[in-house]
Amino acid sequence: MNSRNTLANRKKVIAVAAVIIALIYLVQLFHLQLLSPEYREYADSNAFLRRTLYPARGAIYDRDGNMLVYNRPTYDVMMVVREMDQFDTLDFCRTLNIDIEQFKQLDADMRDRRRNPGYSSYTPQLFLSQLNVKEYGLLQEKLYKFPGIYIQSRTERQYNYSGMGLILGYVAEVDKNRMAADPYYVRGDYVGKSGIELSHEEDLRGVKGVEVLLRDAHGRVQGRYEEGRHDKAPLSGSDLTLSIDVDLQAYGEQLMHNKVGSIVMIEPKTGEILCMVSAPTYDPAMLTGKEFGANYLSLENNPYKPLINRAIAGTYPPGSTFKPAQGLVFLQEDIITQESRYSCFGGYPPLGGRPACHGHASPLAIQYALATSCNSFFCYGLNGMLSNRSKYSSIGEAFDIWKDHMVKMGFGYPLGVDLPSEKRGFIPNSKFYSNVFKTERWNAHNIISIAIGQGEILATPLQIANLGALIANRGYFYTPHVVKEIKGRELDEAYTTRHESGINKAHFELTVAGMADAVTVGTCRGINLEPFFEVCGKTGTAENPHGDDHSLFMGFAPKDDPQVAIAVVVENGRFGASNAVPIARLMMQQYLQGEIPESDRWLEQSVINREILPYVYTRNLPTRQNETSNQEVE
Amino acid sequence: MMIYQGSSDRLEKGKIDWMTISFYFLFVLLGWLNIYAASFDLENATGLFDLSGRAGSQLVWIGSSLLLAFALLKIDVRFYETYAFLFYLIGIALLLITLVVAKEINGSRSWLIIGPVRLQPAEFMKFLIALSLAKVFNAYGFRLMERRNLILVSAIILLPVLLVIAQSETGTALVYLSLILVLYREGLPGGFLFMGIAAIIYFVLGIKFSDTNVGIISLGEFITLLLIVIFSASMIRNYLKVLRPFLMMLLLTAVTFLAAYILTLFGISIDWGITALAAFSLSALYLIFLFFRYRQRSYLYVLLFMIGSFLFLESVEYVFNDVLQPHQQMRIKVTLGMEQDLSGAGYHVGQSKIAIGSGGLTGKGFLNGTQTKLKYVPEQDTDFIFCTIGEEHGFIGSAIILMLFMVFILRLLHVAERQTSVFGRVYGYSVTSIFLFHLVINVGMVIGIMPVIGIPLPFFSYGGSSLWGFTILLFILLRIDKSRNRN
Repeated sequence: MNSRNTLANRKKVIAVAAVIIALIYLVQLFHLQLLSPEYREYADSNAFLRRTLYPARGAIYDRDGNMLVYNRPTYDVMMVVREMDQFDTLDFCRTLNIDIEQFKQLDADMRDRRRNPGYSSYTPQLFLSQLNVKEYGLLQEKLYKFPGIYIQSRTERQYNYSGMGLILGYVAEVDKNRMAADPYYVRGDYVGKSGIELSHEEDLRGVKGVEVLLRDAHGRVQGRYEEGRHDKAPLSGSDLTLSIDVDLQAYGEQLMHNKVGSIVMIEPKTGEILCMVSAPTYDPAMLTGKEFGANYLSLENNPYKPLINRAIAGTYPPGSTFKPAQGLVFLQEDIITQESRYSCFGGYPPLGGRPACHGHASPLAIQYALATSCNSFFCYGLNGMLSNRSKYSSIGEAFDIWKDHMVKMGFGYPLGVDLPSEKRGFIPNSKFYSNVFKTERWNAHNIISIAIGQGEILATPLQIANLGALIANRGYFYTPHVVKEIKGRELDEAYTTRHESGINKAHFELTVAGMADAVTVGTCRGINLEPFFEVCGKTGTAENPHGDDHSLFMGFAPKDDPQVAIAVVVENGRFGASNAVPIARLMMQQYLQGEIPESDRWLEQSVINREILPYVYTRNLPTRQNETSNQEVE
Repeated sequence: MMIYQGSSDRLEKGKIDWMTISFYFLFVLLGWLNIYAASFDLENATGLFDLSGRAGSQLVWIGSSLLLAFALLKIDVRFYETYAFLFYLIGIALLLITLVVAKEINGSRSWLIIGPVRLQPAEFMKFLIALSLAKVFNAYGFRLMERRNLILVSAIILLPVLLVIAQSETGTALVYLSLILVLYREGLPGGFLFMGIAAIIYFVLGIKFSDTNVGIISLGEFITLLLIVIFSASMIRNYLKVLRPFLMMLLLTAVTFLAAYILTLFGISIDWGITALAAFSLSALYLIFLFFRYRQRSYLYVLLFMIGSFLFLESVEYVFNDVLQPHQQMRIKVTLGMEQDLSGAGYHVGQSKIAIGSGGLTGKGFLNGTQTKLKYVPEQDTDFIFCTIGEEHGFIGSAIILMLFMVFILRLLHVAERQTSVFGRVYGYSVTSIFLFHLVINVGMVIGIMPVIGIPLPFFSYGGSSLWGFTILLFILLRIDKSRNRN
C-alpha cells in the first residue's frame, strides 16, 4: 500500500518536471521576443529588399541658359545565373562584341566574392556596365534568346562643352569615408567628387526614393510590401544656373592654351564669376564612362597638374597688383595723403636702392606711383606706417592693423567661393615675424618686400580679381561665386551679403584714378581700349627664383560703370605687360565688345600660339610644394 | 476477426472526457489556420479550402481523423486489450516491409506509398507499443523489477526503436524511448531516471567546456568531477538517511582545495586539475572505507555510480568526436551555443529564432509573418510550425499555445492516473509521455534550447500520418477512460 502511494506520487514528479520545462520555455520565449530587438532587425533585413529609386541628378546651365551638363542613359548588363539555361554564349559574345576570353573573365569577376561581396546566383548581378545606346539596341533585340540576362538603365553625366572641367567637377562612386560621414550614401552610389558637383552635391543629387519589396530566402523578389504603402518616390535634383559665361570661359581656355596660370573675371556688382580659367585644364567628358579610371590616372600623372584649379588653389605672390591695396591702407591710416611725395632714384634709397625701381619722374605722389608702379613709394609707405610710434604703440600693433585691413579686403583667408579646395593664400601677422626673427624687435626694413606684394604675401588669382572688384565698387565686394541660381531655393546669404572694406570711398577714387593712369600713360598701356571704354588696371611681375617671373594683371572696366573685374596670372610669363595684359585685353574685348576687332586679330593669334610651360613642373622633383615655398623673399 | 461494438457501450455509465476533446478540437483548428499561414504563398495564394494547398489537404486529414476518432470511440474497449500483441506484431511487420520497400525521401526510408496515400508506419507504431506495454503490465501479479519482465518490456520498446533507427528516423526512435517515463511510474527506481539525467548533464558540461583547460583536465571535466562528488554525497543522504558521510565527503573536497590553496601561498604551483582528481579519489576511498566499516551495500552502489560516472565522463569526448557524425556534432554544438554557423547547421535554428524573435509582444498578425511566408524558415509548416505562431502572434500567442499544451498534458496525466485498470493507466501514461516528449523536443528545438530533432508538434504540424497517429493515440485513451468504471 505504501509503495502504491509512493508510485502515485510520481505523477506529481512528472507534472512538476513538465511545468518546470514549460516555464523555462516561457522564459526563453520572453527573452527572444521581448528582450532581443535585434531579431526584428535580422528579420527585416532578411525579408525586405529596399530597392533604391535614383533621382535624376540636376542639370547645369551657364548664365545665358546654355545647357552644360545633363544626364544620358547608359545600360548595364545584369545576369541571373540560375535562370541561364540553354544559353548561347557565342551569340551573346558576338552581340556584345566581346571575345570568349573576355566573357570568361567578366564571368569570373562577377562570381568572385571578394570583388562582388553581394554575389548570389538568384539575383541580378552586374555583368558588364555602360553599354551605349547602339550596343543596348543590339542586345535588346536579341534579349529573348538569352534567358537570365537583364538590362538595367542608369544615368551618366554628359557634357555639351569640352571646357571648365575644373569648375564642373566630376561624379564617381562614393568612397568609404563619405559613406561613413553621411548615412545617405550606400555602396555604389554616385557622388560629386570635385568642383560644383561636390560643392552643390546636396542640391544636385535630389532625394533618393525607395521601393520596399519582399524577398524570399533565395533572394528572389516576391512582390511589393503592403502594395507599396511604404514606397517613396525619388525627388529629382535641382538644376543649377552658373554665373559662368560659357563662351567667355572657352575663349579664356583657348588663350591660356599651352600656358600655366589662371584667368578670373568677376561681375563686381554681384560677385558673380564670369569665367574662371585654370590652365592646363581637361575635358570633363574624360572623367565619365568606361574610360574614367585610365583618364583619371593620366591626368593625375600629368606634370602640369591639370586637376588643380589654380584660380582658387594656386597661390602666387601678387607682386605689384597688391600695390593698390597697400595704398588704400596707407591712405586710410593717414600715413600718406593724396599729396605725399617720396623720391625714388631707381630704387628705395634707405636700403641702398633695393628693391630696385624703374625710370620715372621723382618725387611722386600716390596716383602717379600707381600708374608707374613705383616700388620705392610703397616701401616708404610701409616703413612710414610700421615705424609710426606716435600712432601705434609698437610695430606689432601697427602690423596687425595693416593685416586686418588686408583681411577685410579679402586676402589671407578663403573668400568662400562655392567650390571645394579653395586655398587661403597668406597674409602674415606680427606674431609670424616675431617667430621668424625670434625677437619682437624687427622693423619694416626687415620685411620690406611685402610692400610690393612679394615676400611672404601669397594670394590666389580669385583674391586678386576680388581686389579688382572691390576697387571697381569703390569699397565693397560680394563673395565671388559660380552658381547664380538654384532651382527651388534661394542662393545662400553668404553670396548676397555686401562685405565692406572699411576704407573711405575717396581713397578708392584716388586709387581708381591711379589705375586709370596706369592704362593710359603708365605700365599697362597695352590694355588701353579707348575710345570704346576706359579700363583701370595694374600690372604685376612676381619674382620667382625657379624661373622667369610670373606675369600678372588686375583690373576692371569700364572705369565709371564697372561691368567686369579681372585677374590674370601667367606662370613664368615675365613682365605683367608681356603676357597678362594682352590676355586681359582680349578677354575684356570678348566680354564687353562681344568680339575681337580686326585690328587685334594678330594679338589674339600671337597669344594663342605662345607656349610658356614652366620648367619647374617637369623637373624630376616634388613640384607644387617647392614652387610655393620658394616664392618667398629673393 | 470480430469487432465488439454497440451493445456493451450503452450499458456503461462512463462519460467521455469532453475537456480533452475540446483541447483536441482547438489544437486541430489552430493547427489548420497556422498551416495555412505557414504555407501561404505570396504569389499564388490558395484558399483555406483549396485542396491543392497545404491547408486544404490538412482539412482532408482532419476530416478523416474525426471519422477515425468517432469510430475509435465506438469500438469496445476490450478489443484493444485483446488484440494488442497481434497489432504490435503487424506494426513490426509493417516497419520491416517499409524498411525493404521504401524509397529514400529526405534521407529517410520511412514512407510507405499506397496509391495516392503516403503513410509513415512509424507514427502508428507509437500507440501499438503503448497498447502492448499496457497489456504486459496488466498481467496479474506483474512486477517490473523481475528480470524476465524487464527484458520483455525492454524488448517491446527497443525492437521498434532499432527498426526506426534503421529507417533513419532518429527522432521517432527517441519518442519510443520516452516511454521510460511509463516505466518510472510503474516502479522503475528513480535512480535510473536520475542516472539518465546525470548522463545528459555530464555530456553537456563535458562538451560545452571541453575547450578550456584547468590544469591537466578540461574545465568541463573539472566541473563534472565536483558534480559527481556532490551527486554521490547526496545519494548517500537520500538512500541511507545519514547526514554525517554526506557532510564528510563535501568537507574532504573542501579541505583538499583549501590545502592546495595554502600551498600556493608558499609559492608552490598547484595543478587544479590534479587537485580535483585528488578530491574525487579521496571521496571514493572514503566510500570504500564506509563500506568496510558498516557493511552496507548501498555504499558500494554509490561507489559504482561514482566510478561509472567517471568512466562515462571520460568517454564523452571520444563518443562525441568519433562516434557521432559531423552533422550531429554540429547540431549539438549549435544548441550548446558553441558554434554560430548561420548558413550551415545553425541555419534552421538561427532563422527559426529570428522568425520567433521578430514577433515581439503581439506578433505581426495573421498572414503577415514575413520570415515564414518568404520561406526563410525551413519545414515551416511541419516541424517548425511553432515559428509561425511565434512570428504572427508574438509572445502572447506563443505563450498561450505553450500553456494550453501544458494544461492539456496535465489533463492527460490526470486522466491516466485516474484509471482503475493497470492497462488503462499504463496506456494513459504512454500517451502522456509521448505528447510531453513531442512538445518538449519540438518547441525546445524551435526556440533553440534543444538540438534539431525532426519530430512534429502534435496537431499543429502538417501531415496526415502524424495527425492520424496522434488522433488514434488520444482517442483510444478516451475510449478506455470512458469505461474506466466498468468493473
